[in-house]
Amino acid sequence: MAGSSIMENLFQRTLEDIIKGMRLQLIGESAFISKAVEEIRREIKSTDPHTKSTALQKLCYLSAIHGLDISWAAFHAVELMSSSRFSHKSVGYHAAALSFHDATPVLLLTTNQLRKDLSSPNPFEASLALQTLSRIATVDLARDLTPEIFSLLSSGRVFVRKKAIAVVLRVFDKYPDAVRVCFKRLVENLESSDPQIVSAVLGVFCELASRDPRSYLPLAPEFYRVLVDCKNNWVLIKVLKIFAKLAPLEPRLAKRIVEPICEIMRVTGAKSVMFECVRTLLTSLGDHDSGVKLAVSKVKELLLDEDPNLRYLGLQALSVAAAKHLWAVLENKEPVIKSLSDEDSNIRVESLCLVMAMVSESNVTEISGVLVNYALKSDPSFCNEILSSVLATCSRNVYEIVVDFDWYVSLLGEMARIPNCQQGEEIERQLIDIGMRVKDARLQLVRVARDLLIDPALLGNVCLHRILCAAAWVAGEYIEFAGNLFELMDALLQPRTNLLPASIRAVYIHSALKVLVFCLDCYLMQNEDGNLVVGQSDLFIGKRGSVAPESATCQSSTLEQHEDLTFNPRNTTESPEDHRVFENNADTTVTQGPAITHESMVGLLDRIELVLGPLTANQDVEVLDRACNILAFVQLVKAELIDNATQEVNTVDKKDTQVSAIITLMRDAFVTDLGPVSVSAQGRVAVPNGLDLKENLDDLSAICGDIELPSSSSFGIGGPQFGTSSDTTSIGLLKNEESGPVNEATSLLEHRKRHGLYYLPSEKNEIVQHDYPPANDPRSNSNSDEAAELAKLTEKSLVLKKKANQTKPRPVVVKLDDGDVVPLPISIKKPESRDDSLSGAIKDILLGSTTKPSSSQSNPSDKSSSKRKEKKKLVAADIPSQMKENLGDAEAPSLENPGSSSKDHDHVKERRQRGKEKIVEGEGHDQKARKKKSSHRHGKHKTRQKASSPLNVVSQTPEIPDFLL
Amino acid sequence: MGIRFVLMVNKQGQTRLAQYYEYLTLEERRALEGEIVRKCLARNEHQCSFVEHRNYKIVYRRYASLFFLVGVDDDENELAILEFIHLLVETMDRHFGNVCELDIMFHLEKAHFMLEEMVMNGCLVETSKSNILTPIQLMDKAS
Repeated sequence: MAGSSIMENLFQRTLEDIIKGMRLQLIGESAFISKAVEEIRREIKSTDPHTKSTALQKLCYLSAIHGLDISWAAFHAVELMSSSRFSHKSVGYHAAALSFHDATPVLLLTTNQLRKDLSSPNPFEASLALQTLSRIATVDLARDLTPEIFSLLSSGRVFVRKKAIAVVLRVFDKYPDAVRVCFKRLVENLESSDPQIVSAVLGVFCELASRDPRSYLPLAPEFYRVLVDCKNNWVLIKVLKIFAKLAPLEPRLAKRIVEPICEIMRVTGAKSVMFECVRTLLTSLGDHDSGVKLAVSKVKELLLDEDPNLRYLGLQALSVAAAKHLWAVLENKEPVIKSLSDEDSNIRVESLCLVMAMVSESNVTEISGVLVNYALKSDPSFCNEILSSVLATCSRNVYEIVVDFDWYVSLLGEMARIPNCQQGEEIERQLIDIGMRVKDARLQLVRVARDLLIDPALLGNVCLHRILCAAAWVAGEYIEFAGNLFELMDALLQPRTNLLPASIRAVYIHSALKVLVFCLDCYLMQNEDGNLVVGQSDLFIGKRGSVAPESATCQSSTLEQHEDLTFNPRNTTESPEDHRVFENNADTTVTQGPAITHESMVGLLDRIELVLGPLTANQDVEVLDRACNILAFVQLVKAELIDNATQEVNTVDKKDTQVSAIITLMRDAFVTDLGPVSVSAQGRVAVPNGLDLKENLDDLSAICGDIELPSSSSFGIGGPQFGTSSDTTSIGLLKNEESGPVNEATSLLEHRKRHGLYYLPSEKNEIVQHDYPPANDPRSNSNSDEAAELAKLTEKSLVLKKKANQTKPRPVVVKLDDGDVVPLPISIKKPESRDDSLSGAIKDILLGSTTKPSSSQSNPSDKSSSKRKEKKKLVAADIPSQMKENLGDAEAPSLENPGSSSKDHDHVKERRQRGKEKIVEGEGHDQKARKKKSSHRHGKHKTRQKASSPLNVVSQTPEIPDFLL
Repeated sequence: MGIRFVLMVNKQGQTRLAQYYEYLTLEERRALEGEIVRKCLARNEHQCSFVEHRNYKIVYRRYASLFFLVGVDDDENELAILEFIHLLVETMDRHFGNVCELDIMFHLEKAHFMLEEMVMNGCLVETSKSNILTPIQLMDKAS
């Protein structure tokens, strides 16, 4: 046996051999590792502790560096932990720290070994056990080892005590009841004269306070003393962090600490401390102007520094300040804007946030314009960063800061054309949303949509498809605003639309149907009234004008509005039955831009048939369905039209024909105004009988796991309503609002005829008025000019509330009473119940002793309270007398309603104790002292429990299970 | 928990030391390390040393061929963490003398030990170089 172990020892490869071998290996890393592991598996079973420990050491190395799973060796680690040689023991502990987790089964075997080592006279063994415990402690370990940790908290060796303090954090986490045992000693360590101890304790409190600051308010005097006296920068940062958490809870405390913090900021040479002061002042002490001013001046220094780290942090600090102190941002706008072109993308993003914070109603146009120009020149990711923040800022609160919607809609169109733009979905959403909410923007919206639709190049860009989808919908829905119907129809039918996904293509086809219906309607009307239409269009414009303000006042109820708007052009035009002018077709074409002649109408129908005919064999149901619909309609209409054409001169009364009735019906169906839909609308729909929404569909996901979800259909809002609207109204039939550049349009028509059907102008027509500078200005300036421009522009946000003299009044934006904004998913997790119980326990310890007398004030000789008071005196002796007052004040709010809170906690505690006792009884080795205490409480609070209302009990029941842990 | 993990990675992207203060499975660690290394190593020295990744803030610093990356909570002081990295490097330098990547490779357990002396449970507990090194020297003598 001995011989074999010597042999093993001699021939075993050491860790160093493995590391060297790894560097020289020729067989490939993974092969080398698996070979080594094979070897280790053999060695680790050895009875010789040295061989075993070397094997485990090698294994740990492979695990740490090459991510090897070593959970299979857990038992060997436990074996080595109990070795008597320190070097072997440490290997075992190291392996445990590396690989154990809450579910490791052998953890149960470690309790006794840990207990033994924790109470070992060798400080290194104790420290080893503590370090490992800080990584692997489970609920059971924490509970069982609390007594040992408690005694180490007052160990004479600083080396061990500081580690015991650090472990307490994990123990509290796992087993909140340990607070009852250890907390007092932890607090006592705060007063230690050893800086190492104070540093460790503050580290623990810093963590604890970040979870539940309110519980630690009573310790504020102790923290204050550290803040004033401490010279160690690491400790100062921790104390500052604690105060950053406490100050917002207690204004009087905030008042006290502003001056010391400012003082530290002035004198410190360490940037880290200075920055922590700045952050504390800006986040938690924002109401104290002197502090904020000083902090902002320091931020300015950071922003102007060479070091990118400091500049980044300066920008971050500013964005913290931006919410409350916008002036701080404006004061530093030059470095902020300069950072927009920084080499570092993180810095650029921060500065972008700040620039967006400076946007106001008066400068949104200019800033957005300049930013979009920036986006053009930026790398793709930052470009999209810019676009998304512009989109988010402008649409915030239902387009709160947008006054000029014509501008904004055009901006959306320009954004869509930026080559790297990937904001398709958001732009799509906003285009449709604006269409539904802002009546006055529809004209411009349709123009923008037209410009997007007629550009065949855009169809090739996948990122733009969603935007084109929105454009197609807008063009169809608000067709009455369109300038040139035929041009639009060509755009919707152009051959490159086959590049679109089927769902979007379906929208295109549906829009084409809307356009067609509108065309036919115009045509019929025109035929009825002859050239009266020309005059009529003016009349309609007039009418619209008069209606608009009215609709503005009653935007909330669409019904009323409809009543106002239902001037059916058919009724109004019925009386003057004048058909004479119709003989002169040519005349109308010239005077009326893209007038609808019989020939053009027939041409249109032919074209639709030609283009959509092949689609009746399309694979996608949506496309197929819609194509069939429109084709059937075309055939119906065509038969009638051609029929009529033969007897046209005889002035047949087309009104009576079947087709005109159908057209009227369809037109009326499409003309209904679609409004925005509240996000909570679905909730208001009653669940029909027999529909079980709660049925568990988990089984399905297993079956359909590999089936991909179809791309979401484009218009959840609009789709189902198209055909079903019974409320038929007709918004005035509007001929081209501006009879446009006649010659150009007609020449274009001829041109197109000559060169084939689909030759579309991709340039913007001058129909679009340029009242504002386009963002995509080809003659763009250099970056530095832009920076200067931005700086000038942000100036305007200084006069925040003062509205610039607007040329147009802000149009009405339809808002819903509720649910305009999608409620944020409840991302803020409720604090874990364990934390609750932890903070509850701490409150008990800290306040319990002081609140008890307040609930039973006749008993001043309460032992714990007097003890507590003594201690406070000790503490208070060090700090200025004013602070003592403050201490009283600081505690006041938490004492003011001690009745409810402390009672609750006692109550909970009592239940917890009871529950726990039931479980622990079996094990039988619970701490004696604690049991005594609990039974004591038990008796004491029985009466109180009776007094508390049943409601109280109900509210606490859900917490109970956690205390059974 | 202030510090969530400490990584040492060479410029080829190989992990030289990894210490986590919260439990992650091996797959999660591998994924996290891969993402972080890709993100941080691509940055140049004119860019700042702070990167946000998932819910971590990563503070990193480069020493010759070795990157030191520390993942921290959102409200941790970045500059203090940079100083912590520097302190760690100085401590190792004092122990090994002109520390380099190979020292850490061949004495991984010592590097771990120093780190454990400095950080426990994600909290910084020791910042004095001699306090950190005393136990190691004692143990070296003993063995």
